[in-house]
Amino acid sequence: MLRFILRRSGSALILMVVVSFVAFMLIFAAGDPAVKLAGEAGSSADAARIRALYGFDKPIPVQFFHWIAAAVRGNFGHSLYFDQPVASILFDRLGVTLLLGLTSFIFALVLAFPLGIAAARWQNTWIDRTALVIAVVGQAMPTFWFALLLVILFSVTFPILPTSGSETWQHFVMPSIVLGYFAAPAIMRLTRSGMITALETDYIRTARAMGIAPRNVLLKYALRNALIPVVSVSAAQLGYMLAGSVVVESVFAINGAGRLAWESILRSDLPTVQALVLCFSLVYVILTFLADILNAWLDPRMRLADARTD
Amino acid sequence: MRAQTETIAGERQTRHLPRWMRHTGLTAGAVILVIIVLMGVFAPLLAPQDPYEQNLLARIVPPVWYEGGSWEHPLGTDHLGRDYLARLLYGARVSVFIGVTVAFVSGIIGTVLGVTAGYFGGKTDVVISFLITARLALPVILVALAIVALFGSSLTVVVSVLGLLLWDRFALVMRATTQQIRDADFVMAAKVQGASTLQIIVQEILPNVATNLTVVATLEIAQAIVLEAALSFLGLGVPPPLPSWGLMLAEGKSFILFDPWLITIPGVLLFGLVLAINLVGDGLRDVTAPDSRN
Repeated sequence: MLRFILRRSGSALILMVVVSFVAFMLIFAAGDPAVKLAGEAGSSADAARIRALYGFDKPIPVQFFHWIAAAVRGNFGHSLYFDQPVASILFDRLGVTLLLGLTSFIFALVLAFPLGIAAARWQNTWIDRTALVIAVVGQAMPTFWFALLLVILFSVTFPILPTSGSETWQHFVMPSIVLGYFAAPAIMRLTRSGMITALETDYIRTARAMGIAPRNVLLKYALRNALIPVVSVSAAQLGYMLAGSVVVESVFAINGAGRLAWESILRSDLPTVQALVLCFSLVYVILTFLADILNAWLDPRMRLADARTD
Repeated sequence: MRAQTETIAGERQTRHLPRWMRHTGLTAGAVILVIIVLMGVFAPLLAPQDPYEQNLLARIVPPVWYEGGSWEHPLGTDHLGRDYLARLLYGARVSVFIGVTVAFVSGIIGTVLGVTAGYFGGKTDVVISFLITARLALPVILVALAIVALFGSSLTVVVSVLGLLLWDRFALVMRATTQQIRDADFVMAAKVQGASTLQIIVQEILPNVATNLTVVATLEIAQAIVLEAALSFLGLGVPPPLPSWGLMLAEGKSFILFDPWLITIPGVLLFGLVLAINLVGDGLRDVTAPDSRN
């Protein structure tokens, strides 16, 4: 198990370096950043000064090394808009987004698990079909439109929920529904197919033949095996949800990292944008890493398969 | 050998033809899709007015079924007095165009990477798989927004950015499919006959991964359409005054309190289009590979 964890941390680390290089290169995507920062009215002398100040005159690998070395120590540079360290703005905002991600994820699981299990248990009945419709609609629903529809329903027609801000728990209800419903279909479909496969196996037939209560067969024996693929997809969905927070936080004016990202992009505050791309990728890498570990723990076959690839 | 695979494909088609007709999702999706595509194609003929013509005296006229609506603007007008129906029809063009071109660009990138990884295996596979993982770790929306902001918003920039980002699923599926058939007898036979690697890939592998490629392309078109709408909604997609459904939703957002139809109508179309494409994609997968249904 330890070998497995070490091996996976190694590849996660390499992945982080590559992804951070992409985040770093964003600043060079549209030509000389010094000219961009100097602005339309800036002279070439201004650009040269900026180049020296930010170290743009050094070779790109050197700059990347400086940037990543500082980032590891928690220094993400200086925000051009807020005129303060990016890190100090970032950590408040990330907290809000992680909270939103968590509540959304809980909503997604509460929706997806019972429906997926029920759809598998009563396959090809109206329950299965209803679950399918809920999944298909969820997959096609653009998050920002769904968010606006909820605003029309719960803030205009029945004014019971606040439309913008993040002060009370009520502010998180609509955003969590939107993000959770966005993530639920993939989890639901995989739970269903995993359960159907598990219910057809020999050990389930044996468990049934031994007279174990049907509820236990379903929830203890079948579910544990059905969960293995679900863990990976859940981690990925959680990662996508954090990225989806860019849209949802903008609609509901939640002061999280997603809205900060959008605003920083509009203000061309590149150091902040770089730090956010890095953080979002980092969260995704950590989540998929944890999912791998959890899966290896749930399913010893996976550990062995991985060790055999040497 | 090729003749044999062709007859197998032919048999499969005839066997599944009635099934295609009975597949409700696929038929319903195809019907909605055809309607929306026709809307876009014939937009100049169907549109009652010019989609760009502003009329500040007739701003936010409601649709005909509300009080104050008229047949002059069947679906009303927006905040600049432009005919909503005309903008919706032209918006269908933008969405369909973006969906198809993005899927084309990302499809080429993803297929080349996926088939290469799947066919050659070994170190090539390790490197390409790593590339796919790295791409998956990048938050698409965030990177797309940042790049559109840096280059300035235009149709070309949106198509290029999304095309360069959305190849992951193509690569994953093409890699897995190629792995399944690379050791098949007909590939071996071609090798024995002295076919070059390129010949094998083009003549033996590609025809056999085409079905899966179509399914992924369909789902990727839907993905691209939603992302374009999201980018436009956030003000960094298709530039105004081009009519994009996402942009129309963004413009209608300020009027959500008193004129929610400005939000519901473009949203219904966007949702309908994405739903239709997904249904066609899911349906195609069911029909071509009934075992892989989930």
